[in-house]
Amino acid sequence: MDMAVEASKEAVAKAGIEPSEIDAVILSTITFPYATPSGATLLAAEVGAENAAAFDISAACAGYCYGIAQADALIRSGVSRYVLVVGGEKTSDFISPTDRSISFLLGDGAGAAIVGPSDHPGISKTVWGSDGSNWDKVGMTGSITDFRDGKTEWPTLVQEGQSVFRWAVWEMVKVAKEALAASGLEPEDLAALVTHQANVRIIDEFAKQLGLPDSVVVAKDIVETGNTSAASVPLAMHRLLAEGQVQSGGFALQIGFGAGLAYAAQVVELP
Amino acid sequence: MALSEQDVLAGLAELVNDETGIAADAVQMDKSFTDDLDIDSISMMTIVVNAEDKFGVKIPDEEVKNLITVSDAVNFITSNQG
Repeated sequence: MDMAVEASKEAVAKAGIEPSEIDAVILSTITFPYATPSGATLLAAEVGAENAAAFDISAACAGYCYGIAQADALIRSGVSRYVLVVGGEKTSDFISPTDRSISFLLGDGAGAAIVGPSDHPGISKTVWGSDGSNWDKVGMTGSITDFRDGKTEWPTLVQEGQSVFRWAVWEMVKVAKEALAASGLEPEDLAALVTHQANVRIIDEFAKQLGLPDSVVVAKDIVETGNTSAASVPLAMHRLLAEGQVQSGGFALQIGFGAGLAYAAQVVELP
Repeated sequence: MALSEQDVLAGLAELVNDETGIAADAVQMDKSFTDDLDIDSISMMTIVVNAEDKFGVKIPDEEVKNLITVSDAVNFITSNQG
């Protein structure tokens, strides 16, 4: 929550709005340790938007892009004016030191964005979906009730790495291409590719298969930050901007994908 | 037209070389992908996807775990050609 609050305050300041102007708060997370109340309601109060609509999204590593899709729809429909979208995770609460499939990749973090009205579209039509036939490919070693009943140890994150690698590259590249086509932009119009920071091998093969021009910067924040699930896309974009690797106003193709399996992609104007 | 075992082996060796830089002639039937050729699970999956394209054969995730040696892969591809 501390990380989410800090990221949110930075986003609000950069957006140049008052927190009370936020009318919806979306927290994408799989590691908030309460079934209820939501993390978003607490976050809204901490940030100074305590009367905003507030809900959590559970879409794992696709969570932030799901949140951006939702914010975009809320604003276009006129339901909301300013939406705070946060990807916030404390994966360290759910890792096992003996797990070789995913634990060593995971990190904690939060990234936030304020989405608001504009005189031109800054978020393209989201291409998103799920594949529940592969529900068992990334997830937890057990449920909370399994743990309560002594059937398993404390539930931790685990994945079938090879299957996830194949899906994350070859299937998700198709989604990225669809999202780019939906935006009406050409590959050379992009300044950056910001994929979920799952692991460097996925990012490298993904970029190779997508075949973007060399001028497009490929985010690799995982090298410093690890895989922070729903926080990874906003953190990776934050690094690109903070380090001057891309400029405000350029276009980024962002795509989140992970447990569910779930995925979402859109092209956004860099803030 | 179905390829011979030798043709499949040669094609597979080329894919291994493309992905990992390992010399094609090191890719022999009795070699284990991990123990002998030192190919990790992610490179293995890339080779598998490229083999699907090259040979027109579907290699499901569950099957990949059974492809321990080069001959396992060659036999699977040869016997599943259309």
